[in-house]
Amino acid sequence: MAITREEVLHVARLARLALSSDEADRMREQLGDILAYIRQLDRLDTSEVVPTSHAVETGTPYRDDSVHPFGEKEEILKNAPDREDDFFRVPRIIED
Amino acid sequence: MEFEAVIGLEVHAQLATESKIFCACSTGFGAPPNENTCPVCTGMPGVLPVLNRKAVEFAIRTAVATSCRVQNRSVFARKNYFYPDLPKAYQISQYELPLAVSGHIDIERNGTTRRIGITRIHLEEDAGKLVHAGAFAGAQTSLADLNRCSVPLMEIVSEPDIRTPEEGGAYLRRLRDILVYLEVCDGNMEEGSFRCDANVSVRPRGQKEFGTKAELKNMNSFRNVEKALEHEIRRQIEVIEDGGAVVQETRLWDADAGVTVPMRGKEEAHDYRYFPDPDLLPLHIDEAWVEELRKTIPELPGEKIARLASRYGIPRYDAELLSSSRLLADFFEAAADAFGGNPKVTANECIQWKDAIVAGRMSPETIAHVVEDRETGTISATASKTLVEAAIGTGKPVRQIRDEKGLTQISDAGALEAIVDKVIAGNPKEVESYRAGKTGLLSFFVGQIMKETRGKANPRMVQEVLKAKLG
Repeated sequence: MAITREEVLHVARLARLALSSDEADRMREQLGDILAYIRQLDRLDTSEVVPTSHAVETGTPYRDDSVHPFGEKEEILKNAPDREDDFFRVPRIIED
Repeated sequence: MEFEAVIGLEVHAQLATESKIFCACSTGFGAPPNENTCPVCTGMPGVLPVLNRKAVEFAIRTAVATSCRVQNRSVFARKNYFYPDLPKAYQISQYELPLAVSGHIDIERNGTTRRIGITRIHLEEDAGKLVHAGAFAGAQTSLADLNRCSVPLMEIVSEPDIRTPEEGGAYLRRLRDILVYLEVCDGNMEEGSFRCDANVSVRPRGQKEFGTKAELKNMNSFRNVEKALEHEIRRQIEVIEDGGAVVQETRLWDADAGVTVPMRGKEEAHDYRYFPDPDLLPLHIDEAWVEELRKTIPELPGEKIARLASRYGIPRYDAELLSSSRLLADFFEAAADAFGGNPKVTANECIQWKDAIVAGRMSPETIAHVVEDRETGTISATASKTLVEAAIGTGKPVRQIRDEKGLTQISDAGALEAIVDKVIAGNPKEVESYRAGKTGLLSFFVGQIMKETRGKANPRMVQEVLKAKLG
């Protein structure tokens, strides 16, 4: 079951990628190959295997709940393509 | 046809931590724009999130308090979508494996208890805030403030066990009170630290299958949740009765118009492509940690209401009002225990002065002493109010004020009789009329005695003595 062109375009749209017609075809082919490769796992019975979300299972480390201000707001803001005062300026979002 | 509603509620509670869930920025409210940001919460390349232990503790304590099962392994996932308030283009949340599952909250309504199931509790991060500056027509930009990005949230999802708007309101209030008792959330709905979305459907009574549901958003008070549910239920029933079908959609509550309206846009993007976040290892919670936290759970609102009502013999309604705040309930108990009089009167006083009590501007002795003085007839109800106000204003002991202002009333039978005799002797004509049947003159005599005592006579006793003497 290969991936369809519609699925490729849907995933591209979700990822905000504009694909030309040629690119869409090429992606369909490449994604199809990747899926076929992964599909080799179907030859095994994995019904009793817990999905591996991480390569190690040590448990996540914690930090204590204390505040340490980064203190360099300018460094953060200067990465943005646009700003107004100390806000990031972004394309207008229409909200009801 | 008779319909019933099926309602499930999703609550997002902001956890009362000092720092954010995955970085050390402050969660403080009202800071200048982007003051509380760092490379982690603004999604710079190469940074790694590290989980705030306190946020986990708060979620575990909530899980224990709502009889949920804490899972010893849960997993953080990425919920992917593009929005300018979300710099990473994904929200870290928990999806397939939440922190806790299968709990419940009991609510009492009209003397019966209803158990509302809790499906799951999980941790996630908040998004930033968009300011629509220049909201005038044609503005091409919005402004993003990322201070709120990565503030810890706990999502609490109920089972579709709720059947009426009132039940929904009762569930929400009880849940809020529990979180506030646990001190894990300040519970402020207007400021957005306790938010609620609702899933609502209707079905013919007796039918087992659920109808098509709509999701309601934008309800920022308990009253608004109840009103929005009421409206949406009525709307769905009308759609069906008119031969139509309910559409699965997200609707926004418009509080001013009192209606729910379909939300435009954003609909297409409901494909979040969740996957385990590779930056965060699974969250392991062992039984010992849960047990240790179980010991920190205070008496919860439901238990407190039942105990206050039975121990002090006060109406359940009063016990509920008193238990709306741990501080108020503790205050009531201290006042009631300081004086063995009628706890019902003490309860009334505590409810009347709730604001000052919660603000920490009153001591339990103030209430205990005025209740005691009223019961012994030393002061009048009017004087009691004046005295409490003065005690709040000056911070002086209430009995000291009473004596300084001379607000005691004459409740000494002997002293009152002498005054009554004097008034009777001075008004023979009125006495005659009264004895001839003009009993309305009683208030005239009361007035004379009040004038004589400059308002200090105990009115109840004055009436008694007068009636006896005028016979």
